[in-house]
Amino acid sequence: MNYRNLIKISFKALMNNKFRGFLTMLGIIIGVASVIAMLAIGQGSKSSIRSQISDMGSNLIMIQPGNGQFGGVRQSAGSMQTLKMEDYKRVANEAQHISHSTPIVSSSGQVIYGANNAPTSITGANTEYLDIRTYKVERGEMFTDEDLKSSKKVCVVGATVVKNLFTNGEDPLGKVIRFNKTPFKIIGILEARGYNAMGMDQDDIIIAPFTTIQKRILSITYINSIFASAVSEELSEAATESISSIIRENHNLREGEEDDFNVRSQEELTSMLSSTTDIMTILLACIAGISLLVGGIGIMNIMYVSVTERTREIGLRMSIGAKGRHILLQFLIEAIIISVTGGVIGVILGIGSAAMIKFVIGWPVQVQLFSVILSFLVCTVTGVFFGWYPAKKASGLDPIEAIRYE
Amino acid sequence: MNTIIKADNLSRDFIVGDETVHALRGVNFTIKEGEFVTIMGTSGSGKSTLLNLLGCLDTPTTGDYYLDGVSVRSMDKNERATLRNRKIGFVFQSYNLLPKTTAIENVELPLFYNPKVSQKERESRAIEALKAVGLGDRLNHKSNQMSGGQMQRVAIARALVNDPVLILADEATGNLDSKTSMEILSLFQSLHREGRTIVFVTHNPELSEYSSRTIKLKDGRIIEDVENKNYRR
Repeated sequence: MNYRNLIKISFKALMNNKFRGFLTMLGIIIGVASVIAMLAIGQGSKSSIRSQISDMGSNLIMIQPGNGQFGGVRQSAGSMQTLKMEDYKRVANEAQHISHSTPIVSSSGQVIYGANNAPTSITGANTEYLDIRTYKVERGEMFTDEDLKSSKKVCVVGATVVKNLFTNGEDPLGKVIRFNKTPFKIIGILEARGYNAMGMDQDDIIIAPFTTIQKRILSITYINSIFASAVSEELSEAATESISSIIRENHNLREGEEDDFNVRSQEELTSMLSSTTDIMTILLACIAGISLLVGGIGIMNIMYVSVTERTREIGLRMSIGAKGRHILLQFLIEAIIISVTGGVIGVILGIGSAAMIKFVIGWPVQVQLFSVILSFLVCTVTGVFFGWYPAKKASGLDPIEAIRYE
Repeated sequence: MNTIIKADNLSRDFIVGDETVHALRGVNFTIKEGEFVTIMGTSGSGKSTLLNLLGCLDTPTTGDYYLDGVSVRSMDKNERATLRNRKIGFVFQSYNLLPKTTAIENVELPLFYNPKVSQKERESRAIEALKAVGLGDRLNHKSNQMSGGQMQRVAIARALVNDPVLILADEATGNLDSKTSMEILSLFQSLHREGRTIVFVTHNPELSEYSSRTIKLKDGRIIEDVENKNYRR
């Protein structure tokens, strides 16, 4: 008895009961399809959060003062002055796995042009800021290292600022705006980016040389924060550690002493924001998994009925020379054919419905190969597992009784 | 002439609850190649039990049974399955054809369980067997499109397809009307003339007239074993 013959026999038996076979398959189809679709929705929303966060900057690492105490009183991060230019210089020169870095000083206030004004904030940074935050200059140009050295009063502005100040369609390039009475010449306009995941307007921005802000507006010697870019997403944790140890050393912090600064990478932000999605994904997948299980029980049920119904056939097969294992394999193969065919249809349907969800509702959906393989594997195992008992029962029948079964 | 069947003091006991039922109490006979034997008996006479033993579906409690010279008693289930597949052709009262399946596919069935037979050979042998029972023109008819007589012919073809040393028929005409019964009986007789060994188990005394020998059973014992010198052909 070769397996090809057995598969032929099983297939033939299934074809004799097409509708029933299809109904049995339906359980598996729905199970597999829903597992794939649910995981695709989960993965889709996760990666959409990820992409929104990476919009903030390429592998952004933010270093801010924090946990500072002054005379036993904890200070708010904004008011702390613990981050110095010296820290930035060492980070820029010594930290590993970072590609760009900039000191940040910022101030908020009113920006004025002619008769128009708007509340906004001005960010002082160096030339690398654009690369770190992945901004692009649409027209004009970014300020230069020369401008930084000479604390020149020039700035690059975002689309919202342009919209608020230049209401009559004037060309903003070359115009002078005033921020808290200090005049700044607009030398570049940034490409519009819209709102980020947290609902912040990314175009409401004015970037100027940090030296200008530090000296001419704020009159301070410290810096508000340091932004850096890790070389890659994978290395962002290593970069974070490297930065931390450099600043700790620079701040003369002893072992066991608390950091007086915070280093945050995008990774942390991503995992924080996607934890809810993760839970939802697991929940959805569990429900889908249960439906797969129910589908498997459906297979077992039908195979049991089938064995009882075909007792005489089994008796006949045994009398003409089928061994117990032939009967076992026959019914097992039937169960596997049902589950595998159901699995294939389920995979197609799952991918199809994921595409439908993307197309009709517009949700971000991402079908993962892993979920396809997993659910396919699970449904095959389900077929074997739930097909085993009925098949075992069939193979254990006594041919004498089975052949006379009414 | 070879001895096909040798029953050596065959006994078969069944334990029903606390009681032991002696279905067969020491049966002795031999059947030679080319004989057409009717085993007759009323219900409860032990003829079904004897049929199961002769068909290698069951093993005797004591005594031994030799089919084509091979002792069956010590064989396990799988060995007996193979033995049945190679040496015995069964014909049942209720045909036992696979539903919604063509005549050829039904007849091929025993050869499916014989790995030595290729698909091509399987098909040609099935067609040959169907022609032998007069169904050469109904090869692809499905079992539900056939009459009782035709179905039984398919079943006989199925019993012939593995070229068995013994054809075992269990009330093979029990479900058929008298005219069709005659046709089936004459088919058995023509198989007999070709030299087949046939054992026909029945409760119907009339049928013994058609065979060359009659063994009568009662209460698990043989009460009569006669040759029919002038049986109806």
